[in-house]
Amino acid sequence: MKILVCISKTPDTTAKIAFVEGNTKFDETAVQWIINPYDEWYALVRAIELKEKDPATIIHLVTVGGVDAEPIIRKALALGGDEAIRIDCNSNDSFTVANQIAAVAKEGAYDLIFTGKETIDFNSASIGSMLSALLDLPFISLATHFELNGNTASVKREIESGEETAEVNLPVIVSCQKGVAEQRIPNMRGIMAARSKPLKVLTAIETKASTSINHFDLPPAKSGVKLIDPENMDELVRLLKEEAKVI
Amino acid sequence: MVLVYIDQADQQIKKASLEALSYGAAIAQELGISVEALVLGTVQEDLTSLGKYGANKVHHLKNESLNSLDVKVHTNLVASIAKNLNATVLVFAQNFNGRAIAPAVAVKLEAGIVTGVCSLPNTTNGFVVTKTVFSGKAFAHIKIETPIKVIAINQNSFGLVEYNASTTVENIDLAIPAPSIKITKVEKIEGEIPLTEANLVVSGGRGLKGPENWGILLDLAKALGAATACSRPVSDSDWRPHHEHVGQTGIQIAPNLYIAIGISGAIQHLAGVNRSKTIVVINKDPEAPFFKAADYGVVGDAFEIVPKLTAAVLKAKTT
Ligand SMILES: Cc1cc2nc3c(=O)[nH]c(=O)nc-3n(C[C@H](O)[C@H](O)[C@H](O)COP(=O)(O)OP(=O)(O)OC[C@H]3O[C@@H](n4cnc5c(N)ncnc54)[C@H](O)[C@@H]3O)c2cc1C
Repeated sequence: MKILVCISKTPDTTAKIAFVEGNTKFDETAVQWIINPYDEWYALVRAIELKEKDPATIIHLVTVGGVDAEPIIRKALALGGDEAIRIDCNSNDSFTVANQIAAVAKEGAYDLIFTGKETIDFNSASIGSMLSALLDLPFISLATHFELNGNTASVKREIESGEETAEVNLPVIVSCQKGVAEQRIPNMRGIMAARSKPLKVLTAIETKASTSINHFDLPPAKSGVKLIDPENMDELVRLLKEEAKVI
Repeated sequence: MVLVYIDQADQQIKKASLEALSYGAAIAQELGISVEALVLGTVQEDLTSLGKYGANKVHHLKNESLNSLDVKVHTNLVASIAKNLNATVLVFAQNFNGRAIAPAVAVKLEAGIVTGVCSLPNTTNGFVVTKTVFSGKAFAHIKIETPIKVIAINQNSFGLVEYNASTTVENIDLAIPAPSIKITKVEKIEGEIPLTEANLVVSGGRGLKGPENWGILLDLAKALGAATACSRPVSDSDWRPHHEHVGQTGIQIAPNLYIAIGISGAIQHLAGVNRSKTIVVINKDPEAPFFKAADYGVVGDAFEIVPKLTAAVLKAKTT
């Protein structure tokens, strides 16, 4: 069993969101970087669990980014995984990123490709779906449960009115969310081991971006809260009806 | 031509798709082209009703096997139909199915895609759409550089717009590719308003102390006809089901009204609800950060306030 886990570097969930250079760039000053939570908590941990069940399993982690992504991928290796691949490419265009990963995936002949549900910075939720078209593989998005039975996977996914279970033959691409696994904290042994795990750097393949960022902006600030007397809920209902017009 | 993908669940057209259609019709108007709808599978509605939200024509591939999503199958069909029809703009709802197939369809059409879109494109200088980024904390204005454009719009970001166009339904005759997955089990949550489609949401946090206290919240939700949600620790402790968890690592919602009861308003929680039109916060701590993001606030004990609010809602209904 060979598993590829896609890892993205994202700002910490409490990072201050601001922009520089005429609002065309995210302000990275004082930002703490983390592994995208969906990639770490669900995709990576589930892959590690599968390896614990079947030690012959090989896990590769892949990230698309500059040298500054290396501490993040080492952090991921501290949780688990055999080897990491960094594709040297800085892009905000999902199609470019998906193409880079697809090139690695083709080369590696993986049985399973895991991604997180989305990244918490661009929230595009596009990589898994794009990989499915680029690699011509089945894709199951928003998985909440994942089991392997030999050469087939049984995957629970979220749908509009609940959940459904799908059976699929490998290879398959799965985007993972809450339910697939539980967050783990790396231990000292893992951190030490990660230092000597191979981290391969690949040059990016040629692609043409299909989108470009024009600029960013922030939502207008709220005008301030209107406090209502706890003894006068009729007043709150009136405001919701007549002022906010939402009920 | 603008082609809008109409999504269904249980053979019913989703509200999010009608919103996507309204949005597609607005783009078509702006560009002076037509807007057409694409329906896969069997649905109960009369498809000419899609004219209400602007469809000039409805293309229907009527085949029961398409009622549940198979990304590979749906992607191939949507891409080849879009090609045949020469669609130049494709619109999807950014819901469960839309987010699964729209990026793959874009790849097949060699089209640029922006997901999580929340406004109409600006076409004065190219084709620029606005999307939410950093979990709703900011917007990015993104230019699509390719001749064909694919857009997936956030739910509740544009609203339903009625055009009352007259429309015809054309059946598509196309071979269905072999399935790539097999659905073996479906577990439905019956009788609840799906959180992502709800206009009104009542949500509870750790301040409610335990699952046994949820009655007051459920009563309020019932009085309003609202869906229910919760903060992460509440679902982590199994006080409430996981599908109610909203926030950065849960569901992101944008209802007209979000009532937060006993929730402190941590940044990760706000990331899931800050696109709500109106936010009401009920919290006993006047310093709770949620008040900064709220439109209306009530400082006090939820156990006293919520039943009073429910009574006031019911009273207002009868008068
Ligand atoms: C990476 C990461 C991701 C996260 N993702 C999410 C997410 O997606 N969603 C999410 O919700 N959280 C998320 N969190 C957790 C988040 O940081 C907060 O811990 C969480 O939202 C707090 O939940 P709470 O408001 O219910 O509880 P608390 O913070 O404990 O707040 C309880 C509130 O109830 C009030 N209260 C107490 N008693 C009463 C009473 N009788 N009447 C009225 N008010 C009362 C208190 O004043 C307090 O403000 C995430 C955290 C991290 C680190």
